[in-house]
Amino acid sequence: MGFETFLEIEPYSLCEAEKEPLLVRRLEELTQHHRESCPAYNRILKSVFPGFDGPGLEGIPFLPVRLFKELTLRSVPEEAVVKTMTSSGTSGQAVSRIYLDRATSANQQKALVKIVSSFTGSGRVPMIIADCPSVVKDRRMFSARGAGILGFSIFGSKKFYALDDDMRLDVEGLREFLETHQGKPVLLFGFTFMIWQHFYKELLRLKQEGVTFDLSNCVLIHGGGWKKLQSEAVSQRDFHDRLQDVCGLGRIHDYYGMVEQTGCIYMQCEYGHLHASVFSDVMVRHPLDFGVCGIGEPGIIQVLSTIPESYPGHSLLTEDEGVLLGRDDCPCGRKGTYFKVIGRLKNAELRGCSDTYAADYQ
Amino acid sequence: MTNLEKYNQAFVEALEITEDQLPGLEYQAIEQWDSVGHMGLVATLEDAFDIMMDTDDIIDFSSYEKGKEILAKNYQIEF
Repeated sequence: MGFETFLEIEPYSLCEAEKEPLLVRRLEELTQHHRESCPAYNRILKSVFPGFDGPGLEGIPFLPVRLFKELTLRSVPEEAVVKTMTSSGTSGQAVSRIYLDRATSANQQKALVKIVSSFTGSGRVPMIIADCPSVVKDRRMFSARGAGILGFSIFGSKKFYALDDDMRLDVEGLREFLETHQGKPVLLFGFTFMIWQHFYKELLRLKQEGVTFDLSNCVLIHGGGWKKLQSEAVSQRDFHDRLQDVCGLGRIHDYYGMVEQTGCIYMQCEYGHLHASVFSDVMVRHPLDFGVCGIGEPGIIQVLSTIPESYPGHSLLTEDEGVLLGRDDCPCGRKGTYFKVIGRLKNAELRGCSDTYAADYQ
Repeated sequence: MTNLEKYNQAFVEALEITEDQLPGLEYQAIEQWDSVGHMGLVATLEDAFDIMMDTDDIIDFSSYEKGKEILAKNYQIEF
């Protein structure tokens, strides 16, 4: 079953009973493909999952996400790799390397477009990127930060990088951009900590000086981790309320995603829940025996994606703690699994575009 | 300038290549036409023809020839 099947389905239209058989079929095929094409992956499965395979989603073997830091895991010949992406890490920390061929790279972009359009509408709109342009400069080696920005930039009809290379807000540029696109919907994209530190705090300072901005026609999409803001005791609620106060920004969507499964991000709905789309799913596992947790039971997040063909990353155990909130019954109307991320597991390395940047930021 | 000249010039400018490289050129076949280059090329074409392309068309734009087909079919640009 090709990935195209999933592109024809509205991303949040299938209930779990309809979605699971499709997902299981595709993921089992991917497991088989990677066993045949990536010897290292096959050896890992043989030693760690000797009795594989179990039935259903739960039976799909999973790799701990940090293996991509330690091993070269590739299911295509080296010549077929068109892009290598690296995870975000703090300075000196090992990073994951994810190898993409044309098909996987294109499917990531297609899935992202489907997911985000279902929240923002399919038209492209003027876009403000709360980051500096230099993060997309190194073209052969994409950081997760660059990949995130680049992936989202397809939604921008005109793009404006709001920060300079010293991460200072370009106040005049922002004013001009907003004036040019007055009255139109505008997309604001950035990583959580950058939005807070370099965008919100600067707007707050300007407001105290009597300089105000109206971003009430903007939709903010942000991701990359909350750790730093949690340590500053800024809750999601505060984040929303204070952005609303300072510039009228009312529509805010957090997302959960990682460079090892670029494309199928988990978007937060109007009720604050993260949703799995038709391209992916999440499970939560007990930290001691890796058994599957039920709804409401916290544990380690496992992510499943139908996209990865060029590297064996279709089923990964993350280092994040989370909890399933429900299936098919979110009041927003979207079908499928919805969940919450609690935070990083204790002793896990920092990662996430927002968190690693924040750790190096003094 | 004819539409074909405009189209070629957008490639030459955005990807910093020469016109003789264009026939048969595919996305990701040369270093400059990677995903960063692609978004630059789209922006240049949009300015040149005063159009706004759909996200689907940006993704489907997989070669020099395919691009022409897309612009002709969905944006009424005659070559």
